[in-house]
Amino acid sequence: MEKIKFATIWLDGCSGCHMSLLDIDERLLEVFSKVELVYGPLVDFKEFPRGVDVTFVEGAISSNEDEEKILEIRNKTKILVSFGDCAVTSNIPGMRNYCKIKDIMQRAYIENADIKDKTPNIGIPHLMPQSRPIHEFVTVDVFLPGCPPPADVIYYTISELVEGRIPDLTGRTRFGQ
Amino acid sequence: MMIAKKISQIQTLIIDGKEVGGRSDETILQVARENDIFIPTLCHLDGLSEYGGCRLCIVHVKGLPRLVPSCTTLVREGMEVTTNSEDIIEYRKGILSLLFAERNHVCSVCVSNGHCELQWLALKLGITHVEFPYIYPKMPVDATHDRFIADHNRCVLCGRCVRVCHEVEGAHTKDVMGRGITSRVITDLMNNWGESNTCTGCGKCVHVCPTGALSEKGKSVAEMEKRRQFLPYLKRMRERS
Repeated sequence: MEKIKFATIWLDGCSGCHMSLLDIDERLLEVFSKVELVYGPLVDFKEFPRGVDVTFVEGAISSNEDEEKILEIRNKTKILVSFGDCAVTSNIPGMRNYCKIKDIMQRAYIENADIKDKTPNIGIPHLMPQSRPIHEFVTVDVFLPGCPPPADVIYYTISELVEGRIPDLTGRTRFGQ
Repeated sequence: MMIAKKISQIQTLIIDGKEVGGRSDETILQVARENDIFIPTLCHLDGLSEYGGCRLCIVHVKGLPRLVPSCTTLVREGMEVTTNSEDIIEYRKGILSLLFAERNHVCSVCVSNGHCELQWLALKLGITHVEFPYIYPKMPVDATHDRFIADHNRCVLCGRCVRVCHEVEGAHTKDVMGRGITSRVITDLMNNWGESNTCTGCGKCVHVCPTGALSEKGKSVAEMEKRRQFLPYLKRMRERS
């Protein structure tokens, strides 16, 4: 059987969903006998490859770079999975949404700084006025909420996708799980 | 003073194709629940008056031009009720989605995570995401009370706190101010909770609240479990006296 091309990425998230992915433990061996990991935080490719079958996207869209990435991923992916609460609802990153960016930067880099209180502005992506869920930018095929989604549900989702089925996640995981 | 109870008659009706019977002073919701037919609710709570505000319990009654809330509609002889058609479920999902989009229900950092009725309903109705754009409003948190916190980010305006305070505790400290999306639960005439001179500090409002909007101080994420056993008990005792 030909392996499906599998990619993961985290945008504005904490990596917790990826940790939960690793928490499927020994079943990872079974998963990786059926999928080929072509892109991810631990894979050393700079460019997101073409013709990916399944991409798990963790994290909200919070900067112009996130937006560019999600549009690119959508173009190059058959099935896009909104992976975890930040991707689905914007969750923690979205808690800044009622604040002005200027105030957030002031709080993070000036008021809370012990040394070098200066707002970084060179070579970094610019924050958008709000952190938004990814389905507000691109079409999402599977929603997998949870903070993080439980390992069993992640395993179930991948198993179904590998078999060419769209998983039914109704009742399996909830916001804030 | 004892008021003579109206003599209630037995009505027979059909709910989801099943023949059931109920008293004429019972609502569709009550009769459905007596017969193990699931109808989701949010503003309804056994022991409080019916409010009909959340609209989650809407059902279709044959012959009526619109859907009706089952919590405020009394059963009638010969009624034919549908509680869970595809259309109705879609409407309910829409209602819940609007509640999620309207305020900041950040479940992962909420005191009621895992014990929340809104969260549970989303799971039960199969909501995996919210189609409506989130508003992310700036909402106040009132932590002025010694023992309780009101976090308006999590409030769904079900009105349970208002009713329990008025009907059971008799203080009427809580009420709702404003209209539509600007509505908000207030303490007295929009004072800080800690400065209220009508609040008795009984905590009933906290424990009937379906979400993390009202909680006890000192509770961290997922630690706030509500205890509501007192409510049907109090109601029964009062009816008896």
